[in-house]
Amino acid sequence: MTGWQALDQFLRTDPRDVGCERAMEVLDIYVDVVSADGAEVAGRRFPGVAAHLRACGPCGEDFDGLLAAVTGTVS
Amino acid sequence: MSSAQRPAVASASGRGRGALDEESREWLRSLAVPAERDQALARLHQLLLRAAHAELRRRSAAAGIGGREQDDLAHQAADDALLAITGKLDRFRGESRFTTWAYKFVMLEVSAKLGRHYWRNPPVPMRGDAWERIPDRFGASPAEHAEFRELAAALRRAVTEVLTQRQRRVFVAIVVEGVPLDALAVEMGSTRNALYKMVFDARRKIRAHLAAQGYLGAEGGMP
Repeated sequence: MTGWQALDQFLRTDPRDVGCERAMEVLDIYVDVVSADGAEVAGRRFPGVAAHLRACGPCGEDFDGLLAAVTGTVS
Repeated sequence: MSSAQRPAVASASGRGRGALDEESREWLRSLAVPAERDQALARLHQLLLRAAHAELRRRSAAAGIGGREQDDLAHQAADDALLAITGKLDRFRGESRFTTWAYKFVMLEVSAKLGRHYWRNPPVPMRGDAWERIPDRFGASPAEHAEFRELAAALRRAVTEVLTQRQRRVFVAIVVEGVPLDALAVEMGSTRNALYKMVFDARRKIRAHLAAQGYLGAEGGMP
Protein backbone atom coordinates (compact mmCIF):
# COMPACT_ATOMS: atom_id res chain seq x y z
CA MET A 1 0.00 0.00 0.00
CA THR A 2 1.35 3.42 -0.92
CA GLY A 3 1.29 6.36 1.49
CA TRP A 4 -1.38 7.95 -0.68
CA GLN A 5 -3.58 4.85 -0.39
CA ALA A 6 -2.93 4.65 3.36
CA LEU A 7 -4.09 8.24 3.86
CA ASP A 8 -7.12 7.64 1.65
CA GLN A 9 -8.02 4.54 3.65
CA PHE A 10 -7.55 6.36 6.95
CA LEU A 11 -9.89 9.15 5.89
CA ARG A 12 -12.61 6.74 4.80
CA THR A 13 -15.34 6.26 7.40
CA ASP A 14 -17.71 3.32 7.68
CA PRO A 15 -21.28 4.40 8.47
CA ARG A 16 -21.78 1.11 10.33
CA ASP A 17 -19.08 2.09 12.87
CA VAL A 18 -20.77 2.01 16.30
CA GLY A 19 -18.13 4.05 18.13
CA CYS A 20 -16.01 3.24 21.18
CA GLU A 21 -18.72 3.23 23.82
CA ARG A 22 -20.99 0.71 22.14
CA ALA A 23 -18.06 -1.43 20.98
CA MET A 24 -16.75 -1.63 24.54
CA GLU A 25 -20.20 -2.53 25.88
CA VAL A 26 -20.27 -5.71 23.81
CA LEU A 27 -16.53 -6.38 23.47
CA ASP A 28 -16.69 -9.40 25.79
CA ILE A 29 -19.50 -10.94 23.74
CA TYR A 30 -17.70 -10.16 20.47
CA VAL A 31 -14.47 -11.74 21.75
CA ASP A 32 -16.26 -14.89 22.87
CA VAL A 33 -17.77 -15.24 19.39
CA VAL A 34 -14.34 -14.67 17.79
CA SER A 35 -12.69 -17.27 20.01
CA ALA A 36 -15.48 -19.81 19.47
CA ASP A 37 -16.50 -19.25 15.84
CA GLY A 38 -13.82 -17.04 14.30
CA ALA A 39 -13.48 -13.41 13.29
CA GLU A 40 -15.55 -13.79 10.15
CA VAL A 41 -18.60 -15.01 12.06
CA ALA A 42 -18.17 -12.27 14.68
CA GLY A 43 -17.88 -9.68 11.91
CA ARG A 44 -21.10 -10.89 10.29
CA ARG A 45 -22.96 -10.86 13.59
CA PHE A 46 -21.57 -7.51 14.74
CA PRO A 47 -20.69 -5.55 11.59
CA GLY A 48 -20.74 -2.22 13.40
CA VAL A 49 -18.33 -3.47 16.06
CA ALA A 50 -16.04 -5.03 13.46
CA ALA A 51 -16.05 -1.75 11.50
CA HIS A 52 -15.16 0.14 14.64
CA LEU A 53 -12.33 -2.20 15.67
CA ARG A 54 -10.80 -1.85 12.19
CA ALA A 55 -10.74 1.95 12.51
CA CYS A 56 -10.06 2.62 16.19
CA GLY A 57 -6.53 1.82 17.35
CA PRO A 58 -7.19 1.96 21.12
CA CYS A 59 -10.31 -0.23 20.93
CA GLY A 60 -8.40 -2.57 18.63
CA GLU A 61 -5.70 -2.85 21.33
CA ASP A 62 -8.34 -3.68 23.95
CA PHE A 63 -9.76 -6.31 21.61
CA ASP A 64 -6.32 -7.87 21.01
CA GLY A 65 -5.60 -7.93 24.73
CA LEU A 66 -8.95 -9.42 25.66
CA LEU A 67 -8.69 -12.08 22.97
CA ALA A 68 -5.20 -12.98 24.20
CA ALA A 69 -6.52 -13.24 27.76
CA VAL A 70 -9.41 -15.54 26.91
CA THR A 71 -7.51 -17.74 24.49
CA GLY A 72 -5.02 -18.63 27.17
CA THR A 73 -2.02 -16.63 26.14
CA VAL A 74 -2.18 -14.90 29.55
CA SER A 75 0.83 -16.30 31.37
CA MET B 1 -21.87 6.50 12.88
CA SER B 2 -24.90 4.30 13.19
CA SER B 3 -26.77 4.13 16.46
CA ALA B 4 -29.17 1.71 14.80
CA GLN B 5 -26.37 -0.84 14.58
CA ARG B 6 -26.82 -2.07 18.13
CA PRO B 7 -26.00 -5.75 17.90
CA ALA B 8 -28.68 -8.18 18.96
CA VAL B 9 -26.50 -9.33 21.78
CA ALA B 10 -28.41 -12.26 23.18
CA SER B 11 -29.35 -13.79 19.86
CA ALA B 12 -25.91 -13.24 18.37
CA SER B 13 -24.06 -14.81 21.25
CA GLY B 14 -26.48 -17.67 21.56
CA ARG B 15 -26.52 -17.16 25.31
CA GLY B 16 -29.05 -15.78 27.69
CA ARG B 17 -28.88 -15.52 31.44
CA GLY B 18 -30.35 -19.01 31.67
CA ALA B 19 -27.71 -20.45 29.34
CA LEU B 20 -24.73 -19.65 31.52
CA ASP B 21 -21.78 -21.97 31.20
CA GLU B 22 -20.89 -23.96 34.29
CA GLU B 23 -17.79 -21.95 35.17
CA SER B 24 -19.64 -18.63 34.96
CA ARG B 25 -22.48 -20.00 37.08
CA GLU B 26 -19.96 -21.09 39.68
CA TRP B 27 -18.33 -17.65 39.76
CA LEU B 28 -21.69 -15.98 40.31
CA ARG B 29 -22.67 -18.47 42.96
CA SER B 30 -19.45 -18.17 44.96
CA LEU B 31 -19.50 -14.37 44.73
CA ALA B 32 -23.06 -14.34 46.07
CA VAL B 33 -22.58 -16.71 49.01
CA PRO B 34 -21.30 -14.70 51.99
CA ALA B 35 -19.24 -17.59 53.35
CA GLU B 36 -17.40 -18.01 50.03
CA ARG B 37 -17.32 -14.44 48.78
CA ASP B 38 -13.95 -13.38 50.18
CA GLN B 39 -12.21 -16.45 48.80
CA ALA B 40 -13.89 -15.97 45.42
CA LEU B 41 -12.84 -12.32 45.34
CA ALA B 42 -9.25 -13.31 46.11
CA ARG B 43 -9.28 -15.87 43.27
CA LEU B 44 -10.79 -13.35 40.92
CA HIS B 45 -8.20 -10.74 41.86
CA GLN B 46 -5.45 -13.24 41.10
CA LEU B 47 -6.89 -13.84 37.63
CA LEU B 48 -7.25 -10.11 37.00
CA LEU B 49 -3.70 -9.46 38.14
CA ARG B 50 -2.31 -12.10 35.80
CA ALA B 51 -4.30 -10.60 32.94
CA ALA B 52 -3.10 -7.08 33.82
CA HIS B 53 0.54 -8.20 33.92
CA ALA B 54 0.19 -9.98 30.59
CA GLU B 55 -1.54 -7.03 28.97
CA LEU B 56 1.06 -4.55 30.20
CA ARG B 57 3.85 -6.82 28.97
CA ARG B 58 2.12 -6.93 25.58
CA ARG B 59 1.93 -3.13 25.44
CA SER B 60 5.17 -2.32 27.25
CA ALA B 61 7.29 -1.52 24.21
CA ALA B 62 4.76 0.90 22.72
CA ALA B 63 3.96 2.44 26.09
CA GLY B 64 7.60 2.72 27.17
CA ILE B 65 7.12 1.12 30.57
CA GLY B 66 8.76 -1.68 32.46
CA GLY B 67 10.07 -2.91 35.78
CA ARG B 68 8.59 -1.62 39.01
CA GLU B 69 6.39 0.92 37.26
CA GLN B 70 4.79 -1.77 35.11
CA ASP B 71 4.25 -3.92 38.19
CA ASP B 72 2.56 -1.02 40.02
CA LEU B 73 0.29 -0.32 37.06
CA ALA B 74 -0.71 -4.00 36.90
CA HIS B 75 -1.72 -3.97 40.58
CA GLN B 76 -3.63 -0.72 40.19
CA ALA B 77 -5.44 -2.03 37.10
CA ALA B 78 -6.36 -5.32 38.83
CA ASP B 79 -7.56 -3.51 41.99
CA ASP B 80 -9.68 -1.03 40.04
CA ALA B 81 -11.04 -3.74 37.75
CA LEU B 82 -12.12 -5.78 40.76
CA LEU B 83 -13.85 -2.74 42.21
CA ALA B 84 -15.66 -2.10 38.93
CA ILE B 85 -16.68 -5.75 38.61
CA THR B 86 -18.13 -6.01 42.12
CA GLY B 87 -19.98 -2.74 41.57
CA LYS B 88 -21.47 -3.93 38.29
CA LEU B 89 -22.04 -7.59 39.05
CA ASP B 90 -25.80 -7.18 38.78
CA ARG B 91 -25.31 -5.94 35.20
CA PHE B 92 -23.63 -9.15 34.07
CA ARG B 93 -26.29 -10.74 31.89
CA GLY B 94 -24.51 -13.94 31.00
CA GLU B 95 -24.12 -13.04 27.34
CA SER B 96 -20.41 -13.84 27.50
CA ARG B 97 -18.39 -16.03 29.81
CA PHE B 98 -17.96 -14.40 33.21
CA THR B 99 -14.17 -14.37 32.95
CA THR B 100 -14.30 -12.69 29.52
CA TRP B 101 -16.58 -10.02 30.99
CA ALA B 102 -14.23 -9.63 33.96
CA TYR B 103 -11.07 -9.44 31.82
CA LYS B 104 -12.67 -6.66 29.81
CA PHE B 105 -12.49 -4.42 32.89
CA VAL B 106 -8.75 -5.13 33.12
CA MET B 107 -8.25 -4.03 29.51
CA LEU B 108 -10.20 -0.83 30.09
CA GLU B 109 -8.25 -0.07 33.27
CA VAL B 110 -4.90 -0.77 31.59
CA SER B 111 -5.82 1.58 28.72
CA ALA B 112 -6.94 4.32 31.08
CA LYS B 113 -3.81 4.00 33.20
CA LEU B 114 -1.50 4.07 30.20
CA GLY B 115 -3.32 7.20 29.02
CA ARG B 116 -2.50 8.92 32.30
CA HIS B 117 1.02 7.46 32.34
CA TYR B 118 1.75 9.09 28.96
CA TRP B 119 1.74 12.56 30.51
CA ARG B 120 3.98 11.53 33.40
CA ASN B 121 6.62 10.46 30.89
CA PRO B 122 5.77 12.23 27.62
CA PRO B 123 8.04 11.48 24.68
CA VAL B 124 10.64 14.09 23.86
CA PRO B 125 9.10 16.34 21.19
CA MET B 126 10.70 15.83 17.81
CA ARG B 127 12.31 18.83 16.22
CA GLY B 128 10.64 20.68 13.38
CA ASP B 129 7.10 20.90 12.12
CA ALA B 130 5.08 17.74 12.85
CA TRP B 131 3.28 18.23 9.52
CA GLU B 132 6.59 17.54 7.78
CA ARG B 133 6.46 13.99 9.12
CA ILE B 134 3.00 13.23 7.68
CA PRO B 135 4.42 11.30 4.68
CA ASP B 136 6.32 9.01 7.08
CA ARG B 137 3.29 8.61 9.32
CA PHE B 138 1.38 7.15 6.40
CA GLY B 139 4.28 5.04 5.24
CA ALA B 140 5.07 6.96 2.07
CA SER B 141 8.22 5.60 0.47
CA PRO B 142 11.08 8.00 -0.32
CA ALA B 143 10.11 7.77 -3.99
CA GLU B 144 6.59 8.94 -3.11
CA HIS B 145 7.62 11.81 -0.86
CA ALA B 146 7.55 14.56 -3.45
CA GLU B 147 4.10 13.59 -4.72
CA PHE B 148 2.80 12.94 -1.22
CA ARG B 149 3.91 16.37 -0.02
CA GLU B 150 1.36 17.91 -2.36
CA LEU B 151 -1.37 15.77 -0.81
CA ALA B 152 -0.08 16.54 2.70
CA ALA B 153 -0.25 20.26 1.95
CA ALA B 154 -3.83 19.83 0.74
CA LEU B 155 -4.62 17.87 3.88
CA ARG B 156 -3.21 20.67 6.01
CA ARG B 157 -5.31 23.25 4.18
CA ALA B 158 -8.41 21.08 4.62
CA VAL B 159 -7.74 20.81 8.36
CA THR B 160 -7.56 24.58 8.56
CA GLU B 161 -10.52 25.29 6.31
CA VAL B 162 -13.16 22.66 7.05
CA LEU B 163 -12.72 21.64 10.69
CA THR B 164 -14.02 23.43 13.75
CA GLN B 165 -11.41 24.68 16.20
CA ARG B 166 -11.99 21.75 18.56
CA GLN B 167 -11.97 19.19 15.73
CA ARG B 168 -8.74 20.73 14.47
CA ARG B 169 -7.08 20.53 17.87
CA VAL B 170 -8.03 16.87 18.31
CA PHE B 171 -7.18 15.84 14.74
CA VAL B 172 -3.77 17.51 14.82
CA ALA B 173 -2.89 16.06 18.24
CA ILE B 174 -3.84 12.50 17.29
CA VAL B 175 -3.08 12.26 13.60
CA VAL B 176 -0.25 14.75 13.11
CA GLU B 177 1.50 14.74 16.49
CA GLY B 178 0.76 11.12 17.36
CA VAL B 179 -0.69 11.68 20.84
CA PRO B 180 -2.52 8.49 21.92
CA LEU B 181 -6.31 8.88 22.02
CA ASP B 182 -6.57 7.85 25.69
CA ALA B 183 -3.82 10.28 26.66
CA LEU B 184 -5.54 13.13 24.84
CA ALA B 185 -8.80 12.24 26.58
CA VAL B 186 -7.02 12.65 29.93
CA GLU B 187 -5.51 15.99 28.91
CA MET B 188 -8.79 17.38 27.59
CA GLY B 189 -10.98 15.94 30.34
CA SER B 190 -12.91 14.05 27.68
CA THR B 191 -13.54 10.41 26.79
CA ARG B 192 -12.15 8.05 24.18
CA ASN B 193 -15.61 7.82 22.62
CA ALA B 194 -16.13 11.59 22.36
CA LEU B 195 -12.71 12.17 20.79
CA TYR B 196 -13.09 9.23 18.42
CA LYS B 197 -16.41 10.67 17.21
CA MET B 198 -14.74 14.02 16.69
CA VAL B 199 -11.96 12.46 14.60
CA PHE B 200 -14.55 10.34 12.76
CA ASP B 201 -16.44 13.47 11.71
CA ALA B 202 -13.18 15.23 10.86
CA ARG B 203 -12.06 12.35 8.63
CA ARG B 204 -15.37 12.44 6.77
CA LYS B 205 -15.23 16.20 6.23
CA ILE B 206 -11.59 16.20 5.15
CA ARG B 207 -12.08 13.33 2.74
CA ALA B 208 -15.09 14.99 1.12
CA HIS B 209 -13.07 18.20 0.77
CA LEU B 210 -10.04 16.44 -0.75
CA ALA B 211 -12.29 14.49 -3.12
CA ALA B 212 -14.01 17.72 -4.20
CA GLN B 213 -10.57 19.22 -4.84
CA GLY B 214 -9.64 16.22 -6.98
CA TYR B 215 -6.97 14.83 -4.65
CA LEU B 216 -8.88 11.66 -3.79
CA GLY B 217 -11.44 9.68 -5.75
CA ALA B 218 -15.03 9.90 -4.59
CA GLU B 219 -15.24 6.18 -4.03
CA GLY B 220 -11.80 4.71 -4.13
CA GLY B 221 -8.12 5.29 -4.63
CA MET B 222 -6.46 8.15 -6.32
CA PRO B 223 -8.35 10.29 -8.84
